[in-house]
Amino acid sequence: MPNYRIHKTEYIDETKRVSFKYDGKTYFGYEGDTLASALLANGIHLVGRSFKYHRPRGIVSCGAEEPNAICQIGSKKDLTEPNVRATELELYEGLEASSQNCWPNVKFDIGGINNFISPLIPAGFYYKTFMWPKSFWKKVYEPLIRLSAGLGKSPTEPDPDIYDHKYVHYDVLVIGGGVSGIIAAKMAAKNNLKTLLVDDKKILGGSTIYQNNESIKIDDKLSSEWLKNEIQEIKKLSNLTIKTRTSIAAYHGYNFLLAKENLTDHLPEEKKQNKIRQRLWKIRAKKVVIATGSIERPLVFNNNDRPGILLSNSINKYLDYYGVTCGENIILFTNNDSAYETSISLHKKGIKNLIVDLRKSASSELIKQAESLGIKIYFNHVVTNTFGYRKINSLEIMKLSEDGNTTVGDKIKLSCDCLGMSGGWTPMVHMHTQSGGKLDFRDDDQVFLPKENSEDQISIGSCNGDFDLENIIDKTVNKINKFLDIDNQDYQETNIICSKENDKRNIWLLPNKIPLGKTKCFIDFQNDSTAKDIKLALKEGFRSIEHVKRYTTTGMATDQGKLSNMHALGIIADTAGVKMGTLGTTTFRPPFTPLTFGTLVGRNVGKFFEVVRKTSMHEWHVENNAEFENVGQWKRPWYYAKNGENMHDAVQRESKAARDSAGILDASTLGKIDIQGTDASEFLNRVYTNAWSKLAIGKCRYGLMLNEDGMVYDDGVTTRISENHYLMTTTTGGAANVLSKLEDYLQTEWPELDVYLTSVTDHYSTASICGPNSKKILNKLFPNLDLSDENFPHMSFKEDKLENINCRIMRISFTGELSYEINIESKYGNSLWKMCIEAGKEFNLTPYGTETMHLLRAEKGFIIVGQDTDGTMTPSDLQMDWIVSKKKYDFIGKRSLYRSDTIREDRKQLVGLLTDDPKEILEEGAQIVSDIKSKPIDMLGHVTSSYFSPNLNKSIALAVVRSGKTMKGQKLIIPMENKNINVTVSDTIFLDKENKRLNA
Amino acid sequence: MFLINCPFCGERDQSEFSSGGEAHIVRPKQPTELSDDEWAEYLFMRKNIKGIQFERWNHVHGCRKWFNVVRDTSNDKILSVYKMGEKPPVNYK
Amino acid sequence: MKNKYSLFSLIKNAFSQHENWQQAWGNPEPKKEYDAIIVGGGGHGLATAYYLAKKHNLKNIAVLEKGWIGGGNTGRNTTIIRSNYLWDASAGLYDHALKLWENLSQELNYNVMFSQRGVMNLAHNLQDVRDLKRRTHANRLNGIDAVWLNTEEVKKFCPIINTSPHIRYPVLGGTLQRRAGTARHDAVAWGYARGASDMGVDIIQNCEVKGIKRNRDRVEGLETTKGFIKTNKIGVVAAGHSSVIANMAGLKLPLESKPLQALVSEPVKPIIDTVVMSNAVHAYVSQSDKGELVIGAGTDSYVSYTQRGSHNIVEETLKAILELYPIFSRMKMLRQWGGIVDICPDASPIISKTNIKGLYFNCGWGTGGFKATPGSGDLFAHTIANDEPHKLNAAFNLNRFVSGDLVDEHGAAAVAH
Repeated sequence: MPNYRIHKTEYIDETKRVSFKYDGKTYFGYEGDTLASALLANGIHLVGRSFKYHRPRGIVSCGAEEPNAICQIGSKKDLTEPNVRATELELYEGLEASSQNCWPNVKFDIGGINNFISPLIPAGFYYKTFMWPKSFWKKVYEPLIRLSAGLGKSPTEPDPDIYDHKYVHYDVLVIGGGVSGIIAAKMAAKNNLKTLLVDDKKILGGSTIYQNNESIKIDDKLSSEWLKNEIQEIKKLSNLTIKTRTSIAAYHGYNFLLAKENLTDHLPEEKKQNKIRQRLWKIRAKKVVIATGSIERPLVFNNNDRPGILLSNSINKYLDYYGVTCGENIILFTNNDSAYETSISLHKKGIKNLIVDLRKSASSELIKQAESLGIKIYFNHVVTNTFGYRKINSLEIMKLSEDGNTTVGDKIKLSCDCLGMSGGWTPMVHMHTQSGGKLDFRDDDQVFLPKENSEDQISIGSCNGDFDLENIIDKTVNKINKFLDIDNQDYQETNIICSKENDKRNIWLLPNKIPLGKTKCFIDFQNDSTAKDIKLALKEGFRSIEHVKRYTTTGMATDQGKLSNMHALGIIADTAGVKMGTLGTTTFRPPFTPLTFGTLVGRNVGKFFEVVRKTSMHEWHVENNAEFENVGQWKRPWYYAKNGENMHDAVQRESKAARDSAGILDASTLGKIDIQGTDASEFLNRVYTNAWSKLAIGKCRYGLMLNEDGMVYDDGVTTRISENHYLMTTTTGGAANVLSKLEDYLQTEWPELDVYLTSVTDHYSTASICGPNSKKILNKLFPNLDLSDENFPHMSFKEDKLENINCRIMRISFTGELSYEINIESKYGNSLWKMCIEAGKEFNLTPYGTETMHLLRAEKGFIIVGQDTDGTMTPSDLQMDWIVSKKKYDFIGKRSLYRSDTIREDRKQLVGLLTDDPKEILEEGAQIVSDIKSKPIDMLGHVTSSYFSPNLNKSIALAVVRSGKTMKGQKLIIPMENKNINVTVSDTIFLDKENKRLNA
Repeated sequence: MFLINCPFCGERDQSEFSSGGEAHIVRPKQPTELSDDEWAEYLFMRKNIKGIQFERWNHVHGCRKWFNVVRDTSNDKILSVYKMGEKPPVNYK
Repeated sequence: MKNKYSLFSLIKNAFSQHENWQQAWGNPEPKKEYDAIIVGGGGHGLATAYYLAKKHNLKNIAVLEKGWIGGGNTGRNTTIIRSNYLWDASAGLYDHALKLWENLSQELNYNVMFSQRGVMNLAHNLQDVRDLKRRTHANRLNGIDAVWLNTEEVKKFCPIINTSPHIRYPVLGGTLQRRAGTARHDAVAWGYARGASDMGVDIIQNCEVKGIKRNRDRVEGLETTKGFIKTNKIGVVAAGHSSVIANMAGLKLPLESKPLQALVSEPVKPIIDTVVMSNAVHAYVSQSDKGELVIGAGTDSYVSYTQRGSHNIVEETLKAILELYPIFSRMKMLRQWGGIVDICPDASPIISKTNIKGLYFNCGWGTGGFKATPGSGDLFAHTIANDEPHKLNAAFNLNRFVSGDLVDEHGAAAVAH
């Protein structure tokens, strides 16, 4: 096996050999490697196939900008992860990775056929074809298109890993632990500012940490040595928190940032288990220092995408940080000085290399150094083509014309096994723009830079366009002192020596003798968009950068255009003859690098997905075979499946028992609002449709609440406990909204009212006992309470004690039966319930759930807001005109009841329905018509509630029907999928219209 | 996510608050005197301003107080906060 | 059509290295006067211009777009198309649109990738079941293909949904519209632009409306960043910015503009081949032809024109996604963005005349306008051309807010997307 690891570095621990699998084959690397560096050490460049043409692709970079080396990690159904960048994944023992988007394998991929038909599939080809014959779209074309989707594979089983969230506040957040970030963090922390420094890498130091060129020195030391010292210094600062393996994902307004901390992705599988995999940091910082650095640009020339073609600086990092050379015969193609550092470093390690430089000439310390080492430099030359299918083996260069628009002279063919390219540097302005900052364009080296720095954030270092070390350090120190309003002198004496770049030449699309249409000059490697695609888009009239991006898919791959956006812009600007600065960029959208869903969600999964609200009696319900219904966040007993009976049987039994003897319901979930104050009565007058002033103390009244648009919003019984004290009940689901609405009116419209509102829903538990024997049960529980109709009539309230515990007892009824609701402090709820059950034993007191409650109230024609209403029903629509006070001057929603469409007679109105076949139970939600043959069919309304009543021995239903008020006795039809059901409109009250049972 | 300076509790994360929309739409004292058009104006019509908007917020997961906020809806910057019943700051008109 | 697209034209152009393609649409400077001007170059606006030219024989039309066409909600939405709405008026409107979608690629000679992969709405509590069944029955009687699926059928149709009865809000069933699906959003704008341009419509980008000139109760023209343009018919289709334009004419609309966010994951091989929406566990998801999971949920509660929303909405949305699809926990969010949606109090749109003669508004689409694009354009064109609504958009007038005849799509818990 070839070994490209050619020297030792302090970042690779050669004592710790790590085995890993790539595409099923076992390889070795060392602790400290990334998957990419380990693959390169094994001589592997070819790691994937591109999305559209399935061209062989190799590792291009060493970081987050990587477009090609994205792998499927792991093979377990629950733990596998798609699209992981090999350049960022730290190597661990047992790591399994495989290439994506290829079949049968990366070396021979059937999809590669797309490369040969590429002339037929330019940008946007799919908009122009697959339209004929029309019938082929669904059966042939679309399935084919969808089959080609995607790169890696989604896991297919639930993720066993744990994710976490952490909320932190800092005075200063520094993003990026390169030289400028380290200086900024040190200055801030030494000045007593609570500071957080984050960096996405395993160690701090950015690209300076492996810098070893003798011509770049700080205080007479190699810059890397100086920086290591600084890192030791800042680690001692108590005010400073350093988080490595932590990358900022998003920068939101008000200095709210999200960072992802990787905790176990670098660990072998057995060490990952039961640990938090990733943590999302939610950071609020008073000030943010952005020191995110810059990314090297590729160059755009024919066949610039072959495996073995990398960014020049990445070759340098693989060499000096990982000890790996990317080839043995390397050519560096550049338009700036930085590639010379790579060249010199390669040269010093004995790697043959030469330089092709776009610039006519150049002079600087670095260039002199290269020249003195005898490194061959072709100035004013350009690479025009490369060769080699699975890896580059040679290339051609030509001389550039004076204006740089064409090539001249003869081709020179050079052999190589690796090509490094450097098209200059792009400052990472993502964070600045995400925070809302604007950009300026610097023509000099064709970069977008942060325009202005606000009070809250600042960009320093190379993300601010400062590239040489002297510039970086000086400017950082000055800017940070000013930004933080401090006077730090630590770096006053620092002496920096570095090479200064003097010559620049940038050509976005390099010239070629071959017509552009016959070249493949890639801009977006992963999405396979080329320079000619950009030009095609422009030709077809797509002008805006956003249009070109969307038409060609440039910049939309998993790297989000980190390597491609600038070139696309440059080519558009050149072609359209406009200045790049005026074109603007596409929006830099979060996240900076893809962010795991699990991390974003944190612990809020599974049983922590949402709060479960349980009443005090919950355990009893569970023990007694209750099936539960979710009502909002509450769990309410739906029915009790006694002896394994089904729901129908249970409900029939419960309903019958409640009417024949006694039933008990856990009504604790109903919303309860305590209302106090001298204006409480007036307040109720304004919020309910009916009048409240005359309600006597100790009495209860049903109220209907409207929205300001006149539609029924909520209902419930309110009790006057004393002169200025009421207890309001609301629906279970509406409780929170009702309270909010009441508070809103009270605070904003009627602040003059002396009223105080307190939610007491959770403070009281409620057992509701109904049925002809309920009084007897109450008597057993409260023997001293006079339960006579004279003393304690329907719709009244008493207080009494149950074993010294205060209870509020209301005689109110939602079932039409004689009924009492006992309220007790929640902590006694379960005891109350058990005592009721015990006391009721001799009367067959039967616990019943929401389904029976719904049935019983439907027999009486009582509505359920939200079931029989849907936000479009007025009180009159519900045939409840009786509850709307004619005398009151105003109440919420009153005015809306007199609009031309709310007073219409033919609105949908609540009615009862009886099926011709009394055994037939209607489906809730079924539509109602009078004429089955009309086209289009005229739907009159729908069934809102439907049950089989055991007490009436027939099916009953409530429905809303157009002009229903006038239709009593009329025959209507419920058209179901397979049959039509005949029904007759009836009264809404099916049982005990005279209310005899209330006083039974 | 904004930071909202609740006039009663101080600066808190936006997730503690709920928005109540445009402020200073006073509920008519005599709704029955209004035409359908005038009532609809109160009920539904909104300035929906792009720029400086006076709006209501409720510290729903805090003190539950309603108050007013002056916010630029074109960039979400909060310019001022004041209690219900207080006069709106004049410099943003 | 001067520049017909087909496999044949692709082959032909391949021989000339694709250097002979013509502009999909022109780039004219505005004329002094138009018979009608559409304000807003999104899908709805371009479709309006297209149908005005095609069906109403109006040729001197301009579409003014302050940025780039299709750059607003057209290019930002999650592309769900369905017509299974509850109320007759809504069903009529959206199914009209759906029928146009079914032939749109051929109509425009531009493949809008309309994919009828089905849209399924899940029920998670008993009221959801009632509401969705009510809607399904109404759809069936209105001739809209909708079927009720029980939990097992839901699982069979989309096996990756977690239908365990032990989750917080178990799936109790769902309603499925098979004709529903998705389309390629950008292509809709581009296809209509190309079609309209072909019939002589001027599509003018980077032209912002600054004022509406009125002579008493009628419009006379528009002040724009490219100067004054005369016209006596103005159709405003400005989505989130509708109120801004309305204010220029001294009108207030029953709208609030709020942030709506969406996100996509990294692309993966096909894993979900339909669209699934859930209201109670609030999120919806589909997979694009590139392989990205396309995910969205609800709006923020406050007015904002920033095209950014709050982070907690994203978090809540993904929380819901992982509850229903725990297999997606290791997937990664690639990109998130926001749009500005203009929402009516009844969650239904406005396609209406105003009390100013010659001024028409098409707005209030809230979170679900994309699906209506062809129908909305067709009906708005009819309304502008005839100064009267078509019967399919008669209910979506502005007067409903005065009379109280709202088309309340909240009522049936229909997720409005």
